[in-house]
Amino acid sequence: MTEQRRPHILITGAAGALAQQVIEQLRDTCDLVAVDFREQVYLGDDIPSYCIDFNKRVFEDLFRRYQFDGVIHMGRIMSSQLTRMRRYNANVLGTQKLLDLSHKYGIKRVVVLSTFHVYGAVAYNPALIDESAPLKSAGLSADLIDSVELENLANIYLWRYPELNITILRPCNIVGPGVRNTISTLLASERAPVLAGFSPMMQFIHIDDMADAIVLAYKKPTRGVYNVAPQDWVAYQHALKLCGCKRIQVPSIPPMIPKMILGTLKLKSFPSYLMAFFKYPVVIDGRAFVNEFGFEPKRPLKEIFRFYRENKRPV
Amino acid sequence: MSLASFLKTRLVPAELEEHINRIRKPIGSLGYDPWGYNNEAMKSGLSLTKQIYEKYFRVQAHGVENIPADGPVLIIANHSGQLPIDGLLIGYALASREKDARIPRAMIERFFPTVPWLGNLLNEVGAVLGDPVNCAKMLANNEAVIVFPEGVRGSGKLYQDRYQLKRFGNGFMHLAMKYKAPIVPVGVVGCEETIPAIANIKPLAKALGIPYAPVAMPVVLPAKVHLNFGAPMYFDDLEIPEEQVTERVEKVKAEISRLIDKGLSERKRLF
Repeated sequence: MTEQRRPHILITGAAGALAQQVIEQLRDTCDLVAVDFREQVYLGDDIPSYCIDFNKRVFEDLFRRYQFDGVIHMGRIMSSQLTRMRRYNANVLGTQKLLDLSHKYGIKRVVVLSTFHVYGAVAYNPALIDESAPLKSAGLSADLIDSVELENLANIYLWRYPELNITILRPCNIVGPGVRNTISTLLASERAPVLAGFSPMMQFIHIDDMADAIVLAYKKPTRGVYNVAPQDWVAYQHALKLCGCKRIQVPSIPPMIPKMILGTLKLKSFPSYLMAFFKYPVVIDGRAFVNEFGFEPKRPLKEIFRFYRENKRPV
Repeated sequence: MSLASFLKTRLVPAELEEHINRIRKPIGSLGYDPWGYNNEAMKSGLSLTKQIYEKYFRVQAHGVENIPADGPVLIIANHSGQLPIDGLLIGYALASREKDARIPRAMIERFFPTVPWLGNLLNEVGAVLGDPVNCAKMLANNEAVIVFPEGVRGSGKLYQDRYQLKRFGNGFMHLAMKYKAPIVPVGVVGCEETIPAIANIKPLAKALGIPYAPVAMPVVLPAKVHLNFGAPMYFDDLEIPEEQVTERVEKVKAEISRLIDKGLSERKRLF
């Protein structure tokens, strides 16, 4: 091994917009290998890219061939994708496989992308939830169990194998160009449903800022769990207004009614299992991450909303 | 939207808008704070409360200058009158004071966030879910926090029990000690007479999922309200057993009781 050996990093979830931002930032200084569960993406001749299931044996060949130093795991299947069972296999069992292999091949740095959804939206949530708060999400809906389980698993490995240097990031709503998650779809649409009388406080982080956060986290091997959110807040319905969305009021009480309506409509952008997140606030405290990693978000909310206002696509 | 802004221009006097803009608050780029407080909503809220405070309840407040100009502070008062009118009036007294006005935050009952419109509205004007974590984070943020340690025991009590203090929780004292926040006791007189209740239908309250279901006239009576703010009380942050914390709470309770008696003796008539 020469002294100038560039770090070898495995990046999962490469088909996502966020992973591609991270790849852009790291490709000049690191040797990257991109994998995705869903599709093979072309990232240029210098980055080998694979479409691979972590649970298949060939996945281990990548570790043998490329001798990774670090892993950035962004390959969490979002709750709006695939069936519950397949998601569990990919997110929980797949992550376990990934961490087992990381341990076996002496990886020295692992960054896992989680989500603020794990805290769960309940009426009694205090604001500025910090990292030690209980994860109530699994009690809300079976569709969020895999997100919580993925975290638990990463946490177990964090303590059992300290040499892996695992850092788990729990970002707030990631939005911006190319993001295909639920909230981004809503902000980009002409009309968006709201629960009548409920406009919870929300936090948004621009995809470029989130990519910065991941790269910063990767470069400083501090273990632990961190929320990632800018120090800025806005009510959901106000955010929709600023994005130029017409609000469609869904009756909200008694709670059975909206559940029935959303269950029947099966809107991809407003699924019934995320209903609570449009009713009660989950405001996280991102200050620990800012202090530890010197993170500074650069894109203000107004800029984010202007992008959505100017880039409307039909629903 | 245009109607709302039209109403706002008619409703909110310019000097009040300027008054609120002058008060320093930790808010984000769109005027919100993490608990949902909104500067614009506060302006409308305060203009409305001004009428209620001055014309309807004709509040007489003494000693509001006892609340420190900055730093964390807990404003502890007796709770009464079914609706949180007392919190609204104490809040207005502090937000409207000429010198060193502050936007106070009130800790509210856990059931409010589940009520559509009302929950958000309360948040926008500074009320916050009464969770100890919220209170702690606010004190760490140097906020002035209004707490009613009696909770629903106080607000839901019947007319026959008026001006009898119910049990105080100890939570506020622990927080005051931890964050070295002075406690300003307040005696509220008059709110007991706003919605006199003669009974509480417990099964109905349970069925509706609300804290209490009072049998009362469906009007808020224009009782004259007296607010008496006491001198700030300071407590050290020594590790002490719960018994001694309770003793400290009793001290605050006794002071509030004294302030209530003062208000009752000042009062010439109910309305």
